[in-house]
Amino acid sequence: MLPQDTLANVLYVDLSRRRHRTERREDLFRKNLGGAGAAAQLLAENCPEGTDPFSPDNPIILATGPLCGLFPLASKTVAMFKSPHTGNLGESHAGGRSSVALRMAGYGAVVITGANEKPGYLAVHGDKVHFRDARALWGMGSLFTAGRVIRENEPGPGLRSIMRIGRAGENLITYASVTTESYRHFGRLGLGAVFGSKRLKAVVLSGQRGLPVADLKGYRDLYEEIHRAAVESPAMKKYHDLGTPENVRPLNKLGGLPVRNLAAAGDERAEAISGERMAEGYLGRRLACTHCPVGCVHIAALREPYEREAYFYKTSMISYDYEPTYSMGSMLGVFQPEGLLKLLDAVEKVGLDSMSAGVALAWATEAFEKKLISVTETQGVILSWGDVPAYQLAIKHLVSRSNEFYTLLGRGVMAASGKYGGREYALAFGGNEMPGYHTGPGAHLGYLFGARHSHLDNAGYSADQKNLGKEPPPPEKLVSGLVAEEEWRQVLSSLVLCFFARGLYPPETVSRALECCGFDMNADQLKALGKDVLRTKYAFKVREGFDPRAESLPERIFQTPAPGGAIDRGYVERAISAYRKELGL
Amino acid sequence: MRLNVVDTDRCVGCQVCMFACSRLHGQPGLGANRIAVRSAGGMERGFVAVVCRACADPPCAAVCPNDALAPRKGGGVLLKPDLCTGCGHCRTACPVGAVFWDEKDQKPMICVHCGYCARHCPHEVLAAEES
Repeated sequence: MLPQDTLANVLYVDLSRRRHRTERREDLFRKNLGGAGAAAQLLAENCPEGTDPFSPDNPIILATGPLCGLFPLASKTVAMFKSPHTGNLGESHAGGRSSVALRMAGYGAVVITGANEKPGYLAVHGDKVHFRDARALWGMGSLFTAGRVIRENEPGPGLRSIMRIGRAGENLITYASVTTESYRHFGRLGLGAVFGSKRLKAVVLSGQRGLPVADLKGYRDLYEEIHRAAVESPAMKKYHDLGTPENVRPLNKLGGLPVRNLAAAGDERAEAISGERMAEGYLGRRLACTHCPVGCVHIAALREPYEREAYFYKTSMISYDYEPTYSMGSMLGVFQPEGLLKLLDAVEKVGLDSMSAGVALAWATEAFEKKLISVTETQGVILSWGDVPAYQLAIKHLVSRSNEFYTLLGRGVMAASGKYGGREYALAFGGNEMPGYHTGPGAHLGYLFGARHSHLDNAGYSADQKNLGKEPPPPEKLVSGLVAEEEWRQVLSSLVLCFFARGLYPPETVSRALECCGFDMNADQLKALGKDVLRTKYAFKVREGFDPRAESLPERIFQTPAPGGAIDRGYVERAISAYRKELGL
Repeated sequence: MRLNVVDTDRCVGCQVCMFACSRLHGQPGLGANRIAVRSAGGMERGFVAVVCRACADPPCAAVCPNDALAPRKGGGVLLKPDLCTGCGHCRTACPVGAVFWDEKDQKPMICVHCGYCARHCPHEVLAAEES
C-alpha cells in the first residue's frame, strides 16, 4: 500500500473510558487489504474467547478497503462483532454512504469497545472524535426522527454516514439491525442489539480528502474502463430498473419463492408484489450508495388516508427489496402491495432485521394455526396468513418484549421453537433465519455452512438454478463450487466491492485496481487471500462453538418441493460430509 | 460551455460527479471537487446538486478585494491564484454555496464548466450546454 494512505489508520474507541486512539496498522491492511479480511483479523485480536455478545468487551468493528473512494461500487462497510443472535461470528455489510465516509474520515477501520454509562452516540469527523449525549433520542418511536435530529446537530451534510439503531436495538432484540442513510442496513445477526447493549444510539462518520494513487494517468484510464463497463452492463441496468425485487417474478414462476413459512414455494398472487407491479404502482424514488452509478435502492411512495378525518393523507417513503418482499410478504401470505409496505415501514421504524422478523412471524403463525401457542401467548393477537393489522400489532409486542413469548420470538425461531415446539418448521440455519430462496440443495447447504449463514456467502441459489434441468452434480462437486465462491467473495468483501459488481471486477481487474493503490497482488495471490480469510472466520466460529455435527436442517425444506423436485436427503447428507472435509471441520 | 442541472429528480445521490471533478483536478477521492450533492433533508426527500450557476454578474467576483476572480466567457469566473489572499469573501457571497474551499492552500475552488462531471453522470441529471 502507499505510505501516505490513511487506510492504515485504525481508530480504537473505548466508550467506557471515553478515550480514543489511532494506530497505524500497515501490516494489517497490506496482508488483508481491508473489509472482511481486516475485520476478521481485528475481531480475532479484540474479541476474547467466550465473550458475552452483550458485554462491553464485545467489539464493534467497521472496516473499509483500499478501492473505496477510488473506484466505483467499492461501497460496502463490513461490520464484525460477536452475534447475540447466533452466539457466534457476527458479520454484516451495509452500503449507503458508510464506506466512503469512513475512508474520507481518514480510517481503514474503527474498533469500538466498552459501553456508555448513559445513552450516547459517537461522532467522528476526520480526526475529531466526540462522545455525544443521546438520552433524549433513546426510546424514540421512529428511526426516521432519530436520524433527523442527529442530522440537524452534526456537520458534514452530503459527506456523512449516520448509522443508528431503533427501539429493537435498544431493547436487545437479537436480530435488531443498524440503519444507515435511512434505508440501508447492517441487517443481519444483530449488530443493532450490540449497539443497544453499549447504549450506543448511533455512529456518525464524515470527512473529505484526496487519496494517493501510484500513477494518476493509469488510475484515470482504468477508472474510465470500469465506469463504462458499469453503466453499460445489462446486469446493472436490471438492478437500476426494478432493483432486487426483479427476482420475485422469476423465482415465483420457478417455484423457489417461499410462501407461508415454506408450506409452498410459489403462489399466483405473488405477481401483485413483483418488482414490475411495485414499480408501476408505487416506485417514488431511486437511491444509490455513494460512488455507485447503478442506484438499485427502490423507494415506494405510500399514500394513506387518515381514517377519522376526511381529505387528510400522509405519504410515507418506504424502501423495498427482494428479501423483505419475501420475508414480510410471501412468507406471511401478504400479497397486497400496500399491506406489504406497511409492514416494511413498521420494521424500518423500529430497526428490526426484516428477514428474521418475517421468518419469526411466519413460524408463529404456523405454531398458532397448529395450536402450539394461543392468544394467551400472543396477547390476544390472532395470527393468520395475510392479516396485516395482526402482524403490525405482533411487531409492536415483539419490539417491546411484552411477555415471555414475544421475548423468545425476539431471540429468533430457534429460541421460540425450543420452548413451544415446531422445530421442524422453524426455518433457521446455524441459528439464523432463512433467506428467500428455496431453489434446491445448494441454497440450503449454503445457508448452513456459509460463515454468516447468508445466501450471499456462496450464492447456493445461483448454483441450484444453473443445475436445473440437468443431472445434479455429485454433491462433492456442488460443495467445492460453493466453497470456491465463498472464498472469492472474501476477496470482494475485503475490497468492499458490492457483490452486484462482481462481474465488473474479475481477478485481473482487481489486480490492476490494487496496483493503483500500491498493492502488488496477482490473481493467485488474491485467491490465496480469499482462502485465508475464510479460514480465519471459520477458526473464530469453531473457537466459539460452531459444530457442524450439532447443526441440523429444518424438516420443512425436505417436505416442500424445490424447483428440481423434493430435495434428496441422501444427497444432502453426502454434501454435508463433503463440506466438513472441504472446511476441515 | 456551461454546466447545468437539468433534472434533480433523476438524481440518485451516487456522487459520481463529485469523484469525477476531484479526480480531474488531480485528487482522487474527494479532495478537490467543485460540485456537491447532498440530500434535501434526509434520503427520503431526494437530492440537491450544488453547482456554480455561471452568473452573468457574479457576486463572488464583485466582493473579491484583489480582482482574483476574473469574469469567464460564458458566465462564472476564473481564479487567478497569484492574486488571491484567501480572505474567503467569495465563499460568503455565493448564495448557492458553490464556492468550495481548498483547506490546504486556503483558496477557493470554483467550477470551470468543463463538463467532465456531466459526462460521468449516469442518470442525465447534469449536462454541459452551450451558454
